[in-house]
Amino acid sequence: MGLLGDVISGVLLLTGAAFCLVSGIGLVRFPDTVSRLHAASKAQTLGLLLVVLGAVFQTPLGKAPALLLVGAFSLLTAPVTGHIVARIAYRTDAVERRQVVLDELAARLIDERGPNGREGDERGPEDREPPPTSGT
Amino acid sequence: MIAVANIALALVSLAALLVVGRLAAGPGALDRVVALDALVTLIVVGAVLGTLARSDTTTGYVLVVLALLGFVGSIASSRLIERREDMR
Repeated sequence: MGLLGDVISGVLLLTGAAFCLVSGIGLVRFPDTVSRLHAASKAQTLGLLLVVLGAVFQTPLGKAPALLLVGAFSLLTAPVTGHIVARIAYRTDAVERRQVVLDELAARLIDERGPNGREGDERGPEDREPPPTSGT
Repeated sequence: MIAVANIALALVSLAALLVVGRLAAGPGALDRVVALDALVTLIVVGAVLGTLARSDTTTGYVLVVLALLGFVGSIASSRLIERREDMR
């Protein structure tokens, strides 16, 4: 690999590692589960992808498919993990309500399932938004 | 290139230290799931950087297995947490 490849790969590696570090800082500093998940899923995946791309430039051709496969799998699995963890965080009330500007799901849940939320949920809707006044 | 990989490895290690702090402190079980998922990703990143720093390409497909295991583990444990909350 020539000098140009080395420079490209070094920049990619350092940027990816910096994204990983930023994601770690976000994971420590953010106030609730959902925002921590935001830091952990997006910045982390971007960091992994950049590091993998930077490493592909430096590895022999036979070893590159494994690295690319790692990047592809993390690109596929990170949204699924984020979706499921965020969904469960919402349903188990791990969301800091004061941070939420707009909660469209609460109104929909009250519409669909009645004012008590999900079945078997003994917690009242007092921490959710009031139901919309105009019935649909 | 080895020096660059070592610097990047230091950054990633610092990030892993922060994530371990969150793993110890995280108030809920879901926080720990998120932190563990991030930690697995950081381990994969560190292994890639380590192969570059030592110019030793023996890890290969182990990293793919590790990434998939992290995915399956975090999905399974979060489903388990959901079920536990249901029974409460």
